Amino acid sequence: MAMTLITTNTSSDAATSDFTTGIDSTYKLYIFKFIDINPATNDKNFTFQVNATDDPGGDYDVSAITSTVFESEHYEDDSIARVRYEPNDDQAQGTAFQILAEGMGNGGDESLAGEMYLFNPSNTTYVKHFYATTNAYRHPDSSRQTFAAGYINDTTAIDDIRFQMSSGNFDGTIKMYGVG
Amino acid sequence: MPLGTHKATLFGVAGVSTGDVVLLSTQTASGSASITFSSEIDSTYGEYIFKFYNINVGTDQATFHFQVNATDDPGGGYDTSTITSTLFTVYHSEAGDATSLAYNAGSDQANGTAFQQIGGSLGNGSDESLAGELHLFNPASTTYVKHFYGRDINIFYNDYAFADYFAGYINDTTAIDDIQFKVSTGVFDGTIKMWGVKN
Repeated sequence: MAMTLITTNTSSDAATSDFTTGIDSTYKLYIFKFIDINPATNDKNFTFQVNATDDPGGDYDVSAITSTVFESEHYEDDSIARVRYEPNDDQAQGTAFQILAEGMGNGGDESLAGEMYLFNPSNTTYVKHFYATTNAYRHPDSSRQTFAAGYINDTTAIDDIRFQMSSGNFDGTIKMYGVG
Repeated sequence: MPLGTHKATLFGVAGVSTGDVVLLSTQTASGSASITFSSEIDSTYGEYIFKFYNINVGTDQATFHFQVNATDDPGGGYDTSTITSTLFTVYHSEAGDATSLAYNAGSDQANGTAFQQIGGSLGNGSDESLAGELHLFNPASTTYVKHFYGRDINIFYNDYAFADYFAGYINDTTAIDDIQFKVSTGVFDGTIKMWGVKN
């Protein structure tokens, strides 16, 4: 699987990280890598949403997403250890930003790493599938692995994606790769 | 078609790039106690991916696991880096009489310094083995903890298809440049490849 690095966005106390170029029919698969995402505000969620090509420059608020989220978590004090579905993080034809990690810690050494696959965003026949895996240092001092997946229920091409916290700014690097 | 025709594509060639993913090292264990990657883990790459091919343990029910040395413990005993981790498993018996998806509380750590389990209670039959991968993010960071996650599929000692999903962080802001894979007892055969994802 040959991966080509297309864009690197490095955020320093930024509200958003947008990829508004480079998403087209050149690649059937786009992989986003998240390196040391550190929120400015404690207990906030790391999220994404898209604009379709019929909403250029839009506000990332009209693409319907149906998704699933489950997580595995372990507290440093060993008080909680579990795997479970996260009904508060999924969407059923919702247009909100999709949660990729919930309740992140904002300590100086606390962060998130992971990746998201977005399949064939330029397709004009089918919905657009995605799945993501992240591991986060959460605000109660726990390790949580989150598995998010779903589809953007739109046959219009997608060429614009935004990552942001549910509130406040963040530091970190997001890289976009193209495959095939 | 002979495997050799596509061997490079499937398994990579050291030093050769597959796009922006570069094969850095291949190590093959043959009756070995451990495999160690003690060079080439630095700030060159933001992510390292380790792939496990046909890990076959010498002792039945042994565990395959890993631990690291930070740069402030060069040549250390892989016994001081604290890990907080999760591990859940999915299994199905060959007999078809047992299935499960559950958290595995005995295989995680809460700021522990033990080797982190990848796959446990492995079968040692001649055709039994483990395959999988581990992602280690930004090990050279001196600001943040070091996140990892991985998955594997193996043949459990009593003939189950056993899939593990493990993740966590090495709770240390010191850079990590050294990782060791080994089994809980005895020796093992198999191949581990280390890839770097270009910055």
